[in-house]
Amino acid sequence: MSPEPTTLLQGTLDLLILKSLVAGEKHGLGISRRIEQITSGTFVVKPGSLFPALHRMEEEGWISAFWGDSENNRRAKYYRLTKAGQKQLEVEKKRWGRISWAIHQALEAS
Amino acid sequence: MPLLNQARSFLRNIVLARRVESDLDEEVRSHLDMLTEENLRAGMPLHEARRAARIELGGIDQVKEQVHEVQAGNWLHSIAGDCRYGIRQLLKNPGFAAVAIMTLALGVGANTALFTVVNGVLLNPLPYPRPDELVSLAQKLPPFEQFAISYPDFLDWGRMNHTFQALAAYRQNNFNLTGSGEAQRLKATQVSASFFSLLGVNLVLGRNFLPEEDRRGAAHVVMLSASLWKSRFGGSPAILGKTLTLDGEAYTVVGVVPESFYFCCESTNFRLGDVYVPIGVWDVPWMQDRGAHPGIFAVGRLQAGTTIEQARADTNQIAHNLAAAYPDSDKNVGIVLSPLKQAMVGNSRSMLLLLLAAVGLVFLIACVNVANLLLARSTGRVQEFAIRMALGATRQRLVRQLLVESALLALIGGSIGLLLAAGGTRAALAALPEALPRANEVRLDAHVLLFTLVVSAVGALLFGLMPVLKISGATVHKNLKERQRWASGSQHRIQRTFVAAEISLAVVLLSAAGLTIRSLANLWSVDPGFDPRNLLAFNVALPGSTAKGTPSEIRGYLNQLTDAIATIPGVTASGRTAGALPMAGDNEVGFWIEGQVRPSTTSDMPNALNYFVGPGYLKVMGIRLLRGRFISAQDNIHSRFVAVIDDRFERQYFRHRNPLGEHIHLAGLDELFEIVGVVGHVNQNGLDENERSAAVQLYNSIDQIPDKFITAMAKSAGFVVRTEASNNGITGAIRQTVGKMNDQQVAYDFAWMEEIISGSLAARRFTMFLLGVFAILALSLATIGVYGVFSYVVGQRTQEIGIRMALGAERRKVVLMVLGEAGKIAALGVGVGIVASIGFCRLIASMLFRVSSYDPVTLVSVAMILPAVALVACYIPARRASHIDPMRALRYE
Repeated sequence: MSPEPTTLLQGTLDLLILKSLVAGEKHGLGISRRIEQITSGTFVVKPGSLFPALHRMEEEGWISAFWGDSENNRRAKYYRLTKAGQKQLEVEKKRWGRISWAIHQALEAS
Repeated sequence: MPLLNQARSFLRNIVLARRVESDLDEEVRSHLDMLTEENLRAGMPLHEARRAARIELGGIDQVKEQVHEVQAGNWLHSIAGDCRYGIRQLLKNPGFAAVAIMTLALGVGANTALFTVVNGVLLNPLPYPRPDELVSLAQKLPPFEQFAISYPDFLDWGRMNHTFQALAAYRQNNFNLTGSGEAQRLKATQVSASFFSLLGVNLVLGRNFLPEEDRRGAAHVVMLSASLWKSRFGGSPAILGKTLTLDGEAYTVVGVVPESFYFCCESTNFRLGDVYVPIGVWDVPWMQDRGAHPGIFAVGRLQAGTTIEQARADTNQIAHNLAAAYPDSDKNVGIVLSPLKQAMVGNSRSMLLLLLAAVGLVFLIACVNVANLLLARSTGRVQEFAIRMALGATRQRLVRQLLVESALLALIGGSIGLLLAAGGTRAALAALPEALPRANEVRLDAHVLLFTLVVSAVGALLFGLMPVLKISGATVHKNLKERQRWASGSQHRIQRTFVAAEISLAVVLLSAAGLTIRSLANLWSVDPGFDPRNLLAFNVALPGSTAKGTPSEIRGYLNQLTDAIATIPGVTASGRTAGALPMAGDNEVGFWIEGQVRPSTTSDMPNALNYFVGPGYLKVMGIRLLRGRFISAQDNIHSRFVAVIDDRFERQYFRHRNPLGEHIHLAGLDELFEIVGVVGHVNQNGLDENERSAAVQLYNSIDQIPDKFITAMAKSAGFVVRTEASNNGITGAIRQTVGKMNDQQVAYDFAWMEEIISGSLAARRFTMFLLGVFAILALSLATIGVYGVFSYVVGQRTQEIGIRMALGAERRKVVLMVLGEAGKIAALGVGVGIVASIGFCRLIASMLFRVSSYDPVTLVSVAMILPAVALVACYIPARRASHIDPMRALRYE
């Protein structure tokens, strides 16, 4: 586990993107709105962070991209979770579990 | 799997770059459209919806740029882009590019050239297998640290040592090759049987000498050098087993030494031979005389895993044992071991390292110059960078862009430098071939290429970082607004510091060059004690039959030869010599003065340089006669034995009495010699001879050499002649005369004394020449630097100068203002430089001759040259400043 805070944040974004795709394939805006929804608006992912993350994760092989039609019949790029992505989601979940537990412990310590 | 995915993405991004790019563009645009639709659905009017969507997206180009940053293979793309962009930038400003590239090319070229030499001479291992095991051996014969080895001692070393795999002796000799074709004088190297196998030389043909061929009385065998084999025998393999007639005796050819064979030793005067013969067969009295040191040196190969220290302990013990066994000849005599590489490279090590330091300074100046140029240019590009940052380029991206541009400069400059170096090295070595050992091994190789690459890269970083430091401190906003002011203040200070530093470095190099030039001038003005002009030395190899005559027949023949040479047209004076010859050959003899107790051993006797000369010698050489008379034609074997001494001999051994009429004994001779004259001292060891260490000199009549040495004299005779004019035609006339007397007789080793003297200064000239070149380079680069910076500063201050002039400043005052500023910088640079050069020149103190490392003449002239050059360099910008039209200047911008 890397000690740098940036990796922690990046890891969080990856986790949220992976999680948002569990329910099915989505385009960029869909992912962004889904994350807002499932975190009750705590996280708003700006395109400037979202797109680099999506392209990086696609290159890692965790998600795959294809062109499809949006609900308004607009051509949009969709992303879906791959097998490797599902595995990665489990890894990220466990890692996040450890981090949040550790932070929790740290705050509880007297 | 992730790796595979990454690789696939990398390939896709590289190969399908355009599709990936349009894909990304479409994706971001559709995202923007969807955001707009969302906003429309939320009830915003169209233009409001679009605006909000754009704000949320944060700019299409920015998002795309951010995606590019994470894409696999992005770096390759963007570096390629940076390169294209960088090349366009260089082409846009060809003047800048040309100056920067040429500056770098000169800096890198000079460094590469010198490193090529250092690499070939100092760094590369010797061209033999396991070269670290090789050791050079000599004898220590106080006061001489390194002296030739006595052959019986050498044989004992071979028997007594426990640390060497093998030892091999070598010695230079000459042979007349007669028979098949024209008589030819050959350089022969006498070597022990183990010599070539010890060095690991693979023969082209045949075999090495056998140990039983390396003994007195053995059948004569010879090995040929590849060049003689090819030139004289057509390179035919049938040469093996044939016989050659050398000095009238038959030698059977057993092998051919490859062309690539190379061996040299500065301290032992090794010379590659035309032929090689076993040393042990040489049947002359001094090969059995333990007290004789007939020009033999040795090389040894240590046993695997043995250090030279262990070998030294071993040989010290041997020397100790020999001294105990043979006190008369071996008392106080030691054995000197040095790694063969050190013996080969000798003094050139310190010279080369000094030059490397000097050329490093040149490179620093070049880097400072280019840094200044880049700094000046980066000011003009502030807006360009600000716009790129505003468009989403990260700061790292811009830094990389700048570094790529510097790297481009370094790459182009470095490549041109490499070409310059390749040509320059060849030219320098061709111009001064005798200056360096191992010169034949000097070539561009992988090490040199690596060095050039590293030097260029270091340079690129050094000067490339300057503008980088500038942009990393600035913000977009500030840069877009404050184009003009950003350039002034601190930046000018940095540039001026750079210029001062350049001037200091140039001062150091100029001082060093000045001191070596003055040393050389001092050396040339040294009076060597004889007149070297039109003085020609040569040897005549006598026919093999001469040695078979009686002593008086031999003397008669030699006199006949001397007369024949004296009457050649063009020869104004001539003399026969043996033994020592100034700057060409040493021959020492132990002596003691009659009336004093004979020292108990030869090694306890004082030594004198011993010249055997004929009556003409004094006149030929132009040596001054101080007292008494010189050797005359009447001093022959039948008259009383005479000697002439030099003034140093007189001062040292006859402090308060007249030496004339005194007698001396010479080691190995039974005769008593009467001193009949005193002559001036001659610089035996070269112009830079150290007065305290120079040996005293003793002249004997060549006609009084006792009978027991006469057969050795019958092999060859040395001559010096003074000619009417220094022309090479005279050598042909001498050759003809000598050959006409006997067709078995050859004149060889012609050497003009002036050339011998200039050859003895070769290493110094090499140093002076290179330091001079580096100093001129440094001066030119510093001049360009001063000019560049002041042109730039004047350009930047156009407005200010315009205002001054509008307010009534005179043209003259403006010129003086600019010059004054340059003067201040030059003064600072010179001050620092003088202090630094006093430190630096102390390093070269050992190469200086009769000039101190803080010679005021040199320092003052350098201190005057540089500011003068600096002022001239900035006069053009100063004049330009004074011609600024105030009105136009105020409207400027």
